[in-house]
Amino acid sequence: MSFEPLLLSFRLAAIVSLLLLAIGLPVAYWLAFTRWRGKFVLEAVVALPLVLPPTVLGFYALIALGPRGLLGRMWQALFGHALAFTFGGLVIASIFYSFPFAVQPLVAAFESLDRRLLDASAVLGASRARTFLRVIVPLAWPGLVTAVVLSFAHTLGEFGVVLMVGGNLPGITRTVSIDIYDRAQALDYAGAQGMSLVLLAISFAVLCVVYGLNRRVWRPWPVK
Amino acid sequence: MAGEIDSSMLSVSIRKEFSSATKGSPPFVLDVSAEFPVGITVLFGPSGAGKSTVLDCIAGLQHPDSGLIRLGNEILFDGEKGRALRPAERKIAYVFQSLALFPHLTAEENITYGLHALPRAERTQRVERVLKAFRVEGLRARKPAQISGGEKQRVALARSLVTQPRALLLDEPLTGLDAGLKSTIMEDLRAWNDRIPIVYVTHTHEEVLGLGERAVGLEAGRVIQTGTPREILEAPRTRLLADAAGYENFLEATIAERRPEDGVMRVAMQSGLLELEVPLAGGELGERVGIAIRAGDILVAKEQPRGLSARNVLAGQIVSMEMRGYLVELKIDAGTQIVAHVTPGAVRSLGLEREKRVWMVIKTHSCHLVRV
Repeated sequence: MSFEPLLLSFRLAAIVSLLLLAIGLPVAYWLAFTRWRGKFVLEAVVALPLVLPPTVLGFYALIALGPRGLLGRMWQALFGHALAFTFGGLVIASIFYSFPFAVQPLVAAFESLDRRLLDASAVLGASRARTFLRVIVPLAWPGLVTAVVLSFAHTLGEFGVVLMVGGNLPGITRTVSIDIYDRAQALDYAGAQGMSLVLLAISFAVLCVVYGLNRRVWRPWPVK
Repeated sequence: MAGEIDSSMLSVSIRKEFSSATKGSPPFVLDVSAEFPVGITVLFGPSGAGKSTVLDCIAGLQHPDSGLIRLGNEILFDGEKGRALRPAERKIAYVFQSLALFPHLTAEENITYGLHALPRAERTQRVERVLKAFRVEGLRARKPAQISGGEKQRVALARSLVTQPRALLLDEPLTGLDAGLKSTIMEDLRAWNDRIPIVYVTHTHEEVLGLGERAVGLEAGRVIQTGTPREILEAPRTRLLADAAGYENFLEATIAERRPEDGVMRVAMQSGLLELEVPLAGGELGERVGIAIRAGDILVAKEQPRGLSARNVLAGQIVSMEMRGYLVELKIDAGTQIVAHVTPGAVRSLGLEREKRVWMVIKTHSCHLVRV
């Protein structure tokens, strides 16, 4: 059993979940605190990958990342090579694919904060950035962990989008789910079994972390 | 001290419309004009009258649709010019009804929160001082969830006052505390600072009577009356306190002179050696009245003060001095014995001791009339 696809998937999931945290924080902050009435449009866009078939998402990603797509052309101009069927392309497509898994837990965590704490911070002279770092982030901490863990797990298991955008290049775009699919197709059930078991175990562990956090089992400080 | 007083008046003249939740009913309109001079002004009204919204607008957490908010010479909000300072720029402290202590920070970290721009040495010094003044030194390492209600209230006040704000907004911060605890916390507040406007929001009658000289009555978004607490509470203007509970000084006197044009009158103490100017109230010349004065409302000077706006300057001699927590209680003989509270720091800097001759300054409106 080769661990290369598993390691590749881990690398992809780690990079994507950290990038998603960085992108997701400001988006979630805006969604949670804006009073703009049209925000439902952005909420719908964020949630789109939840209902869209991965192949549809992958198809559009392929076009956008391809040599004629906007992202593809920009990438070509910057780095001198195409984006489709590369690891970089996979990262970008995965960010779209796992976007709701990062943003929605963050929005939920921000919305559940006591607004008076943010008011208190502002009245005490704190800038928005300081309020964010000293009050919002520490108090929304379970939401942050949930966002990272869920987007990590979701990216780890993605299949359709990878197939559309990444193809099946060993060491570059051949992720664990593609590997399992290939092995099953080739009737290598023992190999597929091993990889599947690993993914199953990881998914279960991840969900335990998420539900554990949301039941407030782990709190660094007492609640009341 | 008395000279700079009126320069930091907080004046508010705002209008804000809230569309009604139920269709067809008229919108709630907040239309408030009020002035809050230095000292405590009670903003009184039933729940839903718009009290907290007024405080939010003063702090900059909400913006009125139109109007003007000014603190001293500085404009905090100007609807016409579309100008509004951010809450962080206003330097106004606000203690919320929920207190809003940061649950993930210790009491000391909460208190230090507003001082991040200061150099470390000054920060530490200020925090130590305020921890001591509000008697919360022992709680510094505890999280808000680990301390009692009264302690939380003191930590919240300390966190607000340590920033040396230019005004203090209190939104029912003492609700739910028993009377004794309430009055100690109010004493803490008075001892710490009475040089800035303090707006104290409440909906309980008892607090209106117990605090401050001025009150503004708010109902359904409008100011219905401005005046003394009694005037706010009672339609017929008797201007007399129901009782003198909570006042350290209670003096019996007779009305010696009435000056309705100035809104004041002079009363003579029974001993005949002492006269005070007090707010005008009902009553005939020669009628007996009681005068209640809080020990914390009396200024003590070691030389005869001049050029004051306060009308009552009394000479006296210190009879006794006694430490009471963080306060020193002075008993001063001025023809009648009067109790004054000062801080230990004031005792040191004025060199106060027994037998020393001192002067006391009492503002007209610190003298509360009581039925006898």
